[in-house]
Parts: sequence; C-alpha cells; structure tokens
Amino acid sequence: MERQPPPFFHRGPAPLARLGFFVVLSALLMVLDARFRYAEPLRQVLALAAYPIQQLATVPVSAIADLSEFFASRAELERENAALREERLKRAPDLLTLEALKSENAELRKILGARPRAPEEAIFAEVVYAGRDPFARTVMVDKGSQQGVQLGQPVIDSDGVLGQVTRVHPLLAEVTLVVDKDHPVPVEVVRNGLRGIVYGSGDGVTLELRHMPANADVKVGDVLVTSGIDEVYPAGLPVARVAQVERDTALAFAHIVCEPSAGVNRHRQVLVLSRAKQIPPPPQEMEPSSRKSVKGRRTRGRQ
Amino acid sequence: MTNGSTQREHILLPVKVGFIALSIVVALLFNLLPWRDFRGVPDMLAVVIAFWCIHQPRKVGLGIAWGLGLVMDAANGTLIGQHALAYAVLAFGAQWLHRRILWFPIWQQALHVLVLMLVSQALMLVARMAAGGTFPGWWFFSGTFVAAALWPIVTHVLLAPQRRPEIVDANRPI
Repeated sequence: MERQPPPFFHRGPAPLARLGFFVVLSALLMVLDARFRYAEPLRQVLALAAYPIQQLATVPVSAIADLSEFFASRAELERENAALREERLKRAPDLLTLEALKSENAELRKILGARPRAPEEAIFAEVVYAGRDPFARTVMVDKGSQQGVQLGQPVIDSDGVLGQVTRVHPLLAEVTLVVDKDHPVPVEVVRNGLRGIVYGSGDGVTLELRHMPANADVKVGDVLVTSGIDEVYPAGLPVARVAQVERDTALAFAHIVCEPSAGVNRHRQVLVLSRAKQIPPPPQEMEPSSRKSVKGRRTRGRQ
Repeated sequence: MTNGSTQREHILLPVKVGFIALSIVVALLFNLLPWRDFRGVPDMLAVVIAFWCIHQPRKVGLGIAWGLGLVMDAANGTLIGQHALAYAVLAFGAQWLHRRILWFPIWQQALHVLVLMLVSQALMLVARMAAGGTFPGWWFFSGTFVAAALWPIVTHVLLAPQRRPEIVDANRPI
C-alpha cells in the first residue's frame, strides 16, 4: 500500500505546473490560429457565446444615437433634407445617362468579345463598432453568414472602397479596412491607367502607393480606382486620392501618400458587395527543368 | 498591528460566488463596449481578474482567467490564445504575490498590479509581433496605467458587499 499525505490541504497541481500547462496551451492555440487557421470553429463557438453580452454592450451606444436622432431639431432635418435633394439633383444627369452608358458598354464589350461585367449584388450593413484589435484596422458590421455574407467580399460606403470581409461570424462580420497595413488593393490611376497596389500606411488614416518607380506619372490629386484584376474588387470603385508625392533620387521607389475616398472612420452604413466574378485560373507555368519532356513529367505525376 | 500601514483593517465577511461572477460579467460588458478609440481604455476584465486572484486566490485562478481570455479573443477577433496567455500569466502573478500585495497600502498595491498588468500586456505584444503583427504604438500600454489608477476604486466597490455594517457595539469583541 502506498503512503500518501492526508488530503487536508488539497490544492491541485502546483501553481507553476498549472501556469506551464496554460501557457503551452495558449501558445499552441496561437500557432494553430496564426499559421493554420484551425482555431476558427472554436472562435465561432466562443463568439456566439459572447454575442448576447456584446449585444448588451452595444445597447447604450445605439440608444444614445437613437435618442439624439429622435431629438434632432426640425430645422436640422430640413437642412439635411435640402442638402440631400441638392445632391440628388446634382447626380441626376450622371444617373440618367448611366443606363444608356451601361447598355452601350455591354454592346461594345460584346463587339470586342470582352468578358461582360458581372452584375453586383449588395447586402446593406451597419458598422456596429470598431475592431478591438490594436494590431489591425478593422470594423465589425451587423451582418454575418446567416445573412449571406461570405469571406473575401468587398465592402464599400457611399464614397468608395472601405475594405474586405476577413472573418465571418454567424451574426457579425469583421471588415479589414483599406488603411490596414497588411491590406493591399490593386488600383489604377484614373488619369492614365497606371496600375499599382495601394496598402495602408499603418497610421490608420492614410494609404501608401508602394513599389512605384521614382519617375512614375503620379501627381497630387490623382484619383485611384480599383483595377479589378484581383477577383475581389469590382473594377472602377474609387479607393483613394493622392495627397503627397515624394521623389527621392536616392531611392528606387517614389513615396506616395494617399487619402482614402471612403469615410473609413466616419461612415456607419456600408454595402457588402458580391465578389467579382471568378476569372479562369492563370495558365500553368512550365518549370525550366521539365520543359524538354512534358510527357515524362505527366507519367511521373500519375504515379 | 505589525502591519506597516496605519490604515484600519476590516474583518470581512465571506465572499459570495455569485458576486464574483457578476463582477466578471460586468467587467466583460465594459470591455465589449463599442469604443471609437481604444487609447487609454482600461482592460477592466484584467483588473477584476487580478483583484479576485489577490483577494480570493482559492476561488479564482488560472483556469477561469484563461477561459475568460479565450472569450475576449473570440469576441475581439484577436489571435486566439493571446488574451488567454496574458490573463493566465496575470492570474499566476497575482496569486503568487497575493500575500505580499495585501500588506501594502492601496496605492502601493496599485503599483504592484500595474507591473503585473504591464508584464501580461508585454507578453501579448510579443506574441502578436511574433505572429507578424505591426507595432501599434506606445499608447497600447496607456490603458494599463488608467487601470492601475482605478485600482483603489475597484477595490472599494468589489469589497463593499463583504464589509460588515459599522454598528458600534461595545460588547462585541470584533
């Protein structure tokens, strides 16, 4: 029979052992999440559990917003109404010609044999709160997979591209903003069709047009729109306006700072667009070693 | 009293588990409030975890802290395990030092908690940088200083249900 101490002061495993266990477990989860994205089901379950508390937490803020809306003065509403009417009138000529231009464009594309532009479907959503991750620029919107939001869908507001859906919960979706440092958007300059990729500059306010040669034809005030060659963003949506161009001959690339067109930190109402139509996969590139005997490689591949 | 502080010591009533749960839920609610800007917003859940690990180390420990960290990660959309790691280390530090911390007057307690929370946040920062995140700036730590400044208030509020009513009774020994 083994001798064991009497269980008077039973306190479980030693604190240091417990700490080690939880640290290893956390590290494991972090690696699984960061490298392989295996932790998503767990995240979904936990997020659903936290959802009631989350909703409860947003109540006071939305209540204050509703209340201030309720007590908005009549004069203010009238002013806003007039401004909206004026804006609609200003846009009327463009809108009226849009239909004609659309059909004309479709006709021309048919003649040229170009791929027709995909019609876009949109889901209306509202920004619930800013993302709480200080390491990324995100917002949460109030539509999730239950409402048909899918991973990778582009999100716009009334002024331009806001970002892209990067995580979908059942009732919420996380949108990474264009000002996020790791969020690239393929763009082109409206004035001359010059293509480039715009990234967030990390300060949460501006964007950066990277990898443009020092003599690139980009001027302050140029408008950048999506080029539509990435299968994510439909072509022609405004993304940013060039605010500052620094050309240093010592550096290979120009330093181009842009301001986002969309109200990344202002607007509450957004549209989640369907993804641009899938284009056929790029042709396979032949490896230099197997260029001589394609046949041999095929048979090897079958084994 | 051989206690270095000159403040009066209260003999407290036993804590109610329901109150601990309530305080944790309220702190979670505070953390999930939709803030426009997160500079200087204290992590109240971390404060509450540190508080209970110091005052009730037998009731709240690493397991609860770790689980709450996971909930925070899921709700915030951060890396799963990031807050869990930070809270587990915070809970460990608080449990480890709880006998020492309680000897000090309230502001020095706050300093201890500040150090513990800074360590746990630094761990979070290191974990995120290792996972390829960008450095958010030194304001990342600003909320912790606010949290430490709130420590006396938190202590007062969370100990309130345990205090005896102050009835002067000459015949009662305590």
